[in-house]
Amino acid sequence: MATVAARGRTRRRRRNLLESRRFLATALIAPAVLFILVLVGGPLLLAMYLSLTDAVGGTLGGEWVGFDNFVNAWHDPNFRRALRNTLLFTIVSQAVVLLCAGLIAHALMRPIRGRWLLRFLIILPWAAPVPLSTIGWLWIYDSLFSVVNWTAKQLHLVDQFNPPQWLGDPTLALGAVISVHAWRIIPFAVVIFLAGLASIPSEVEDAAKVDGAVGLKKFWYVTLPLQLPIATVALLFGIVFTATDMTVVYILTQGGPFNSTQMLTSWAFFTGIRGGSLGEGAAVSLYLLPLLVVVAVLMLRFARKVEVT
Amino acid sequence: MITSREKLTSYLILGPFALVLAFPFYWMLWTSFKTELDLYDINNVPFFFGHGSPTTKNYSFLFHETEYLTWVKNTAIVGVAVVAITLVLAVPAAYALARLSGRWGQSMGVGIFLTYLVPPTLLFLPLSYVISHFPVGGHAGLQDSLWSLVLVFPSFTVPFSTWLLMGFFKSIPRELEEAARVDGASRLRTLFQIVFPISLPGILTVIIFSFSLVVNDFVYALAFITTSDSKTISTGVFTELIRGDIFYWQALMAATLIPSIPLALLYNMFLDRFIAGFTGGAFR
Repeated sequence: MATVAARGRTRRRRRNLLESRRFLATALIAPAVLFILVLVGGPLLLAMYLSLTDAVGGTLGGEWVGFDNFVNAWHDPNFRRALRNTLLFTIVSQAVVLLCAGLIAHALMRPIRGRWLLRFLIILPWAAPVPLSTIGWLWIYDSLFSVVNWTAKQLHLVDQFNPPQWLGDPTLALGAVISVHAWRIIPFAVVIFLAGLASIPSEVEDAAKVDGAVGLKKFWYVTLPLQLPIATVALLFGIVFTATDMTVVYILTQGGPFNSTQMLTSWAFFTGIRGGSLGEGAAVSLYLLPLLVVVAVLMLRFARKVEVT
Repeated sequence: MITSREKLTSYLILGPFALVLAFPFYWMLWTSFKTELDLYDINNVPFFFGHGSPTTKNYSFLFHETEYLTWVKNTAIVGVAVVAITLVLAVPAAYALARLSGRWGQSMGVGIFLTYLVPPTLLFLPLSYVISHFPVGGHAGLQDSLWSLVLVFPSFTVPFSTWLLMGFFKSIPRELEEAARVDGASRLRTLFQIVFPISLPGILTVIIFSFSLVVNDFVYALAFITTSDSKTISTGVFTELIRGDIFYWQALMAATLIPSIPLALLYNMFLDRFIAGFTGGAFR
């Protein structure tokens, strides 16, 4: 008898515990937070420690060198170029993405025939795994059998015997990398914009119509302000996807020719893994982090502020 | 109603964009059916077939003489496992952050999201050390094991998904839950019977997103897996169909098309629910 009563009591207590807001919240959040602490927090601290040592490949130990790695990286012209390229790739590709995605999303909102097919074709670059689709671009930009060059030659747009080397010329290679980044992120931005357009209440549309706002005027005064928060989110993700990505550069150009297309991520990889200077590689990577955090915090704050008003 | 002029503008915008965005895939399809002779004839019109093309021998090469099908299977295994782990960790956490905790829940949510920004190139240096020294089930380490990817991928899918779902849960009217609680349902019961069913579009969004993050990874898979039969498509195709200076272009193109088309169909099919998932939450 006594044991049954005791068991009932524990069950009740357990139940009460699950009903307690604070306990339940902690129990539900803890696994995710612990996982993140172990798999992101731990390695991040370790990477920070590495960046202050002269550790080389294969070991995690090294002599403490203070901020030498950061100073050395900063004075390396390759690092400077990688930093500049990271900014260049991100800003130019995202400008292209926002413009194109805005246009596409607006056109896709209208109920037209063949919308499903058009949407499928537009979404393809996002669905394809980047490490694979970039190989497709490698073939399109091939030095001898580039379909772009073949077409341009037929149209007499380029030199017949000395066509542009998309991946072999430092300036053109920058363009090639940007084009692939923009190409793969446009569909993603389109989807986010569609989400934003779908969330504009129909009353707003009606009110705009009653007030005589049409075409560009309506776009400028009604649609654009309502779209701003969501455009910010699309931009934030676009920036993160471009700036932290190494795949496109690694597959398309390997950072070349002559390190002209290195980004911070790929330069960190080539320094830390290929070159074996773990410490300096970690330092190069760490330069990227504050940049991203500042951008993210600013944009999240902006997105919230716009929504409130 | 929309006017025919608006319709025409739509087609004029969408047509060229669809053409440019999808062109690489059309080109992959074309290339994948060409013979060597046809592909490397500089005097050929590349938009036509000739010299024995079209041929399916590139596909049979891919299926029978490479481990492509194993890589596809590995990718599916890793994808499903990672999505499962992500849901188990992110759904409860997001709900608790959105509903059960007050102001600090919001800041913590942003904090979790910020961990998504830590670039993989920074984390994988220490992680690869941990992976190769982490003893498990008699093995010396997780190096060359699919489980290394299953363990590491949630490090970016969980922060992202938690943040996305948090917004989603916030958009569910509180009254629904309160009504259930008044009727005597426990918090957990409310969660399972009221909250989760309405959250399906959000959960679907997270599933699609996590899966796409997994197939898009390259850095971790490149660093952790070097044995052919444990590779995923993202690195297997790149490392084994390009051998030094020799590019198996037709097989490479076929290998890219095969996962891309079904994935795009899937995304397109679920796009409307996906959009509902995004508007429902992430931005409120």
